[in-house]
Amino acid sequence: MTRHVVVIGAGPAGLGAATAAVRAGARVTLLDSADQAGGQYHRMPPDAYEARRPFRICESERCDWWPGAAVWALERRDSGPPRVHVVRGPDADGDGRRRCVLRADALVLAPGAHDRVLPFPGWELPGVVTAGAAQVLAKGERVAVGGRVLVAGTGPFLLPVAASLLDVGAHVLGVLEAGTAGALLRGWTRRPWELTGQAGKGAELAAYAARLARGRVPYRTGRGVVEARGDGRVEEVVTARLRGDWSVVPGSEQVLTVDALCVTHGFTPRLELPVAAGCALLDGFVAVDEDQATSVPGVYAAGEVTGIAGAPAARAEGVVAGWTAGGGTPGRLGATRRRRDEGRAFASRLAAAHPIGRRWAGWLRPDTIVCRCEETDYGTLRDAAASRLDARAVRLGTRAGLGPCQARICGPTLAELLDTNPHHRPIAWPIRLGELANPPAEPKEGT
Amino acid sequence: MPHKPPGVRITVDGTPVTGRPGQTIAAILIAAGRHSWRRGPSGSPRGVFCGIGVCFDCLVTVNGTRDVRACLRRADDGDAITTQPRTKGTP
Ligand SMILES: Cc1cc2nc3c(=O)[nH]c(=O)nc-3n(C[C@H](O)[C@H](O)[C@H](O)COP(=O)(O)OP(=O)(O)OC[C@H]3O[C@@H](n4cnc5c(N)ncnc54)[C@H](O)[C@@H]3O)c2cc1C
Ligand code: FES
Repeated sequence: MTRHVVVIGAGPAGLGAATAAVRAGARVTLLDSADQAGGQYHRMPPDAYEARRPFRICESERCDWWPGAAVWALERRDSGPPRVHVVRGPDADGDGRRRCVLRADALVLAPGAHDRVLPFPGWELPGVVTAGAAQVLAKGERVAVGGRVLVAGTGPFLLPVAASLLDVGAHVLGVLEAGTAGALLRGWTRRPWELTGQAGKGAELAAYAARLARGRVPYRTGRGVVEARGDGRVEEVVTARLRGDWSVVPGSEQVLTVDALCVTHGFTPRLELPVAAGCALLDGFVAVDEDQATSVPGVYAAGEVTGIAGAPAARAEGVVAGWTAGGGTPGRLGATRRRRDEGRAFASRLAAAHPIGRRWAGWLRPDTIVCRCEETDYGTLRDAAASRLDARAVRLGTRAGLGPCQARICGPTLAELLDTNPHHRPIAWPIRLGELANPPAEPKEGT
Repeated sequence: MPHKPPGVRITVDGTPVTGRPGQTIAAILIAAGRHSWRRGPSGSPRGVFCGIGVCFDCLVTVNGTRDVRACLRRADDGDAITTQPRTKGTP
């Protein structure tokens, strides 16, 4: 019998996995909640997508491509990979969607990541968006999120976002990288041989930098947005010089008039499905072996859920995962594996070059909202933590993390402020008593 | 579709707004200069935040169906969008 491989997520990783699984001889079902394949990286407006039909695997006879198919549950079984519960329909969140269940001989999980944004006063104002949101609106919708836009936070992702904003006609006032020039240099220039296979990624970043230079967009390091202000929407932002630990240099504040602010402080893996499948985690990502196998037999993981390393690395991981999941001869794919390993080296370097400064919570004021859904503020959280309640009680008492997004946005932040394990669903866990009232706690910077 | 309509016409709380075919509801609203359409528990205005269906800040009611993420849903010609207050016990 032909093996059946179900691939969840059709970004670079999932597309790589589906292609390799078919090549290994398997039958594939590739599904994504979005109505286009490509994930976050290959975004394009629907007319361009229809005209180009960019992904050959989606047209393959051996690959059943299901757009608009969201996986809402994975049902574990005594043996074999979990069953995949899907809701499918033409319209996102629409009526008339159908439920179905898929059985597979192997599963590849490739659900990607989303922006992590640290809170600051005013971040809930309309017009303050994640860098990813600005990117999606620009690349997929040809819409600029604002006319006078500032891009701020940390990481190489700031560059493509600013470039896309220029392309759709926004006036980009600047790109603020919170990391200091020293940290960036140390992170990026150490052990340069590790980056040889990532030359493509380097060239891509260089092209974005050139685009910003042509657009006369200033790029400043060691500076960040510490407050957004406005009546009903963002009208101005306060930027400040930041030290290496992201504490504010007093007196360095400047006020800028904007109508949009795009922020990112890195990416958070979408761990719901791997956790539902029972996959072991390591340092906040899905733990995988040389073949991208997780701790659960028959379940593989690839892409940003196993580490933040960019699209080429995600694709390479997907190819290895799909090949193995599809029953391909073990040990093959030497070149792809090398690219994958270089991608992993790139990922750890990225984390080292763009750590989150441990004193960022100094930006917060007692009335700063931390949980956007429930509007739980920093002061309330601190008081609850100081009253020596356990984590569950803090959560129930303050409602932090209990709103519609189920802590997807504030989870890592709550975990850090309350000094719990940052990558598990936050205060569902017992928290340490005592010094909780005095965050931020231990250094969490990359090693 | 024999030929594409020139634009997608929707209404938002009764006010007509036009977008391009294939655009999401959120994109049409932002292009029309509208940045908020939902409210947090205290009544504070909200619009798009994550842009990819993760934060639930952008929920609207579409043709009577509640809790549709405006950043994911592509608009259809004639869609009637209503903004939804955040009442207790609802997302
Ligand atoms: C908003 C955003 C924009 C980005 N834009 C860029 C960019 O322009 N350039 C760049 O270099 N990097 C960009 N990135 C970084 C990007 O994450 C990686 O470059 C790359 O896309 C990662 O590939 P992936 O396959 O791991 O995940 P993704 O590309 O994120 O693909 C994951 C896919 O899984 C699907 N999915 C998730 N959960 C489910 C589920 N339960 N059921 C069904 N489907 C599901 C998602 O819809 C998505 O299509 C962006 C990231 C984000 C969050
Ligand atoms: S903007 Fe976050 S869900 Fe739509």
